Amino acid sequence: MSEALQAVGRTRGMGELIDVEGKVTEIAPFGRTLAELAHERPEIVGLTADMGRYSDILPFRDAHPNRFFNVGMAEQNLIMIAAGMSKAGKIAYCTTYSVFITRRAYDFVSIACAHSMANVKIFAGMPGLVNGYGATHQATEDINMMRGIADLTIIDPCDATELKQVVRAVADIPGTVYVRSLRGKVPVELGSDYQFEVGKAKVIREGRDVGVISTGYMSARARDAADAAAGQGVDAAVLHVSTIKPFDKETVLSFAQRFDRLIVAENHKTTGGLATLVVEALYEAGIMKPLIKIGLADSFFECGSQEYLEAKYQVDLPHFMRAIVEGR
Amino acid sequence: MSTLNHPPENPDIRALKGRALSLRRKMLNMASGKGEGYIAQGLGMADCLAALYFHELRYDPADPRWQDRDRFLLSTGHYSIAMYAVLAEAGYLDETELPTYGLNGSRLPMSTFDDIPGVEIVGGSLGHGLGQAVGMAMALKVDGSPARVFCEFSDGELQEGSTWEAAMGAATFKCDNLVGLIDCNGIQADGPVTVKIDPVADKFTAFGWDTVEVNGNDMEALVSALANARKQDGRPKAIVMRTTPGFGVPTLMARERAHFVRVDNSEWDSLKAELEKENV
Ligand SMILES: Cc1ncc(C[n+]2csc(CCOP(=O)(O)OP(=O)(O)O)c2C)c(N)n1
Ligand SMILES: [Mg+2]
Repeated sequence: MSEALQAVGRTRGMGELIDVEGKVTEIAPFGRTLAELAHERPEIVGLTADMGRYSDILPFRDAHPNRFFNVGMAEQNLIMIAAGMSKAGKIAYCTTYSVFITRRAYDFVSIACAHSMANVKIFAGMPGLVNGYGATHQATEDINMMRGIADLTIIDPCDATELKQVVRAVADIPGTVYVRSLRGKVPVELGSDYQFEVGKAKVIREGRDVGVISTGYMSARARDAADAAAGQGVDAAVLHVSTIKPFDKETVLSFAQRFDRLIVAENHKTTGGLATLVVEALYEAGIMKPLIKIGLADSFFECGSQEYLEAKYQVDLPHFMRAIVEGR
Repeated sequence: MSTLNHPPENPDIRALKGRALSLRRKMLNMASGKGEGYIAQGLGMADCLAALYFHELRYDPADPRWQDRDRFLLSTGHYSIAMYAVLAEAGYLDETELPTYGLNGSRLPMSTFDDIPGVEIVGGSLGHGLGQAVGMAMALKVDGSPARVFCEFSDGELQEGSTWEAAMGAATFKCDNLVGLIDCNGIQADGPVTVKIDPVADKFTAFGWDTVEVNGNDMEALVSALANARKQDGRPKAIVMRTTPGFGVPTLMARERAHFVRVDNSEWDSLKAELEKENV
C-alpha cells in the first residue's frame, strides 16, 4: 500500500467540517434551534427523507414527535409533501443532502414550491465538497442550479452562529428558501455581534490591500487566511455574502471599488456560483480588476477525506494564503 | 429469438457456501482496514453474490467489456464492500488491492464507480440501477444478444419513484432477460425501514413481473430462484430476498444501528473470530 493511501485520519462525523480543530463548536445547531423555534411557532413541521440522523433534525423530532415526518428515501415526495403541507398552512422545514434535493427534486422545488411561493424551507446537508463519497454526494453545482429558480431565496451560512439565526429568519422570509446547512459539530466563527440579514452581505474582516468576497464556511477560512496573511504584510478584508439570492450587488460593488485586487471564494464550482455573480455584477458596472477565483473546477470529484479533497482541488488554507499574499 | 446464456445445471451448494464464506472474510478484512464501512449489508448479500458469480452469471474477468457478458448492476453503491469482495473473488480485482477500501486515493472508494473493472454503473445516488438495467436489457434484446441483466436494489430504493417507473418499463418492454434482486434487509439510513413497502412481492407481481420471495441467506433457495428466473416468457423476473444484515457474525446481526458500522480496532478481530466460529 502506498504512503498516500495510508495517510488517512479517522473520519469525523459524516459531513463535519475540518475547520473544527481548536475551535469552539456547537452540536446540531440546526435541529436544536428548530426545536426551540417550533415551541413558539406551532405551524412549523419538520420533514426528512431518511436523512434525519445525518441532517441533524432529530432534536426537532424528539421535541415535537407529532410534527415530524420521515417520508422515507423519496426526495421528490419529500418536496411535494412539504409543498402540500405549506399550502394547508404549515411552514415546512425539510432536510436531506443537497445533492438529492437539487438533482432529484429540482422540478418539484421549482414548480410545486417556488412558483407558488410555498412556505418550504429546505435545509440541504453537505453542500459542496464536504462529503467524501464522490460526485454522487457532492453538491458542487447546487448554487448554480438553484439560482436558476425564480423567487427562490438561497442562503449559504458561515457557521453555527449564523445557521441558528437563519433557522429563525427563514420562518419569516416569504416563499421557498434553500439553505446550505452545516451539520454535526459546527464551528462558531462569527462574533456574537454578527447579525444575519437576508439579502445583505457583511464585512467580517476589515483590510486595505485585498478584497475577499466569499460565502458559506469559506468565509471563515478566508478570515483565517487573512489573519495569517497579516503576519506577512498583506492586509485582506473579507465580505461574507451569505445570501446568494437575492444577490446584494450594491454592497459587493462598493466593496470591490475599494481594492486593487479581488478574490472570490466559495465551496462550489467557480462556474455558476458566487464568482459568476460577482463577475457579472462587476462587468455590468464597468469595474475591471484582477480577480482570483477560489473554488472547484467544472469536473466530477473523487472520494476521500475533506482534508485530502480540499488539498487536491486547491481550496485549502495554503491556497487561500497564496491567493492573498502572492496574488496567484 | 435469442438463446440466453445458460449456466450449468446441478449447482455445487457446498462450494457456493464456501465462496460466500470467502466473500465475508474479505469484507471483514476491508472494513477492519478502514475501521468502518457498510459491512452489515455486505455480509447480508454474500450468499446472493456467491450464487450469481459462481453459478449463474456468464462473464470473463479478462475481458470486462465482453459484449455478451451477463451484466450485474449493483444499484446500492454503498454496498461497495460486497462488490469489491466478489470482484476480487471472481478475478476482476487483485486481492492485494482490497485493503485500500475507502482510503484516500484508492480505486476502491466507499461507493462504486464504473471505472472499476466489473462495475457497470456509478452507484451512490440511490434509485439509479433498475432503470439503467431495463435500458441494457432492451438494447441487448434489440441486438439479439444472449446476455442477461441482473440488478440488485434495496428496500430503501423501493421508496424512490424512479424504481417504480423502471418496474413498469420492464414489463412494458417485456424484459424477460432482466432479473431484479431486491435486498429487503429491513433497514435504511435512519434505522428500520420507515415506509410501508410491503407486500413487496405482490407489488412486483401486480406490475407484471414473475416474482418469487426467498430467504436471501439460504443458498439452495437462491439458486433455485435464479433457475426459475431463466424462463423466457416475456416477463421480467423479481427475486425478493429477505436478508439479515450482518449475516454470519452474530454481534453484527444483533446490532441495532447496522446501516453504517464503526467499531474499535480491537473489536474487528473478535468479529472475524465470530465468523470463523459460525462456519466450523
Ligand atoms: C437518492 C439518494 N437519497 C439518499 C441517499 C442517502 N442514503 C444512503 S444509504 C440510504 C439508505 C437507503 O436504504 P437501503 O439501501 O435499504 O439502506 P441499507 O439497507 O443499506 O441500510 C440513504 C437514504 C442516497 N445515497 N441516495
Ligand atoms: Mg435496506
